[in-house]
Amino acid sequence: MSIKVRYFASLKEAIGRSEDNLELAGLVTVSDVWRSANPDKTLPENSLAAVNMDYVELTGIVMDGDEVAFFPPVTGG
Amino acid sequence: MGIKICTKAFDPWQEVQLYLHSAAAMAGKYGATNVFIGTMRDFNEGDQVKGMTLEHYPGMTEKQLEKIVAEAIEKWPVIDALVVHRVGDILPNEPIVLVAVWTSHRGDAFDASRYIMEALKSRAPFWKKELLGSQVERWLVKNTDGYL
Repeated sequence: MSIKVRYFASLKEAIGRSEDNLELAGLVTVSDVWRSANPDKTLPENSLAAVNMDYVELTGIVMDGDEVAFFPPVTGG
Repeated sequence: MGIKICTKAFDPWQEVQLYLHSAAAMAGKYGATNVFIGTMRDFNEGDQVKGMTLEHYPGMTEKQLEKIVAEAIEKWPVIDALVVHRVGDILPNEPIVLVAVWTSHRGDAFDASRYIMEALKSRAPFWKKELLGSQVERWLVKNTDGYL
């Protein structure tokens, strides 16, 4: 299945990319998506994750065509 | 409900007037309008701040703001609400955010706008990067609780 991964703010700068396109098979969680895209880097502890623009836990299941995003705590307003 | 992301400087008072003009059916129905405006400071954590860049996640920002306002409308008898938020390069003294809430009575206007603002601070995907007087760039790590 195809998954689009997006990164924002300081996390985007830390990994040096704003997005990845992955082809994955089987039952895949949000954590698995991070590990597949960034095998050498641990997701910073306070990071947030979203699937299709809604917040999710890292244990959430990802489906074909989903957009998964990882980013630091938000600081708007 | 109005949700607007601005890439250029905006005048919050004009935004409120424009919105009221477009929502003419509200006339005579509300007794309270509560307006909150967040403005960029030229200092933070003891440092002079020359400017700021506000990054956001287009699409998710609007989706989350719509959810937050819908929650406020469910919790309080809100007649209407407007949220305007700036993105891009910002200078000190420029408005960053506007939250306006219209209700029948003042208590609900205060409470609902506070709810929208606090939820925006913790859930709307915006990120601030400060440019300090020393030319150093610094990402804000987290939002404060809103008191000195």
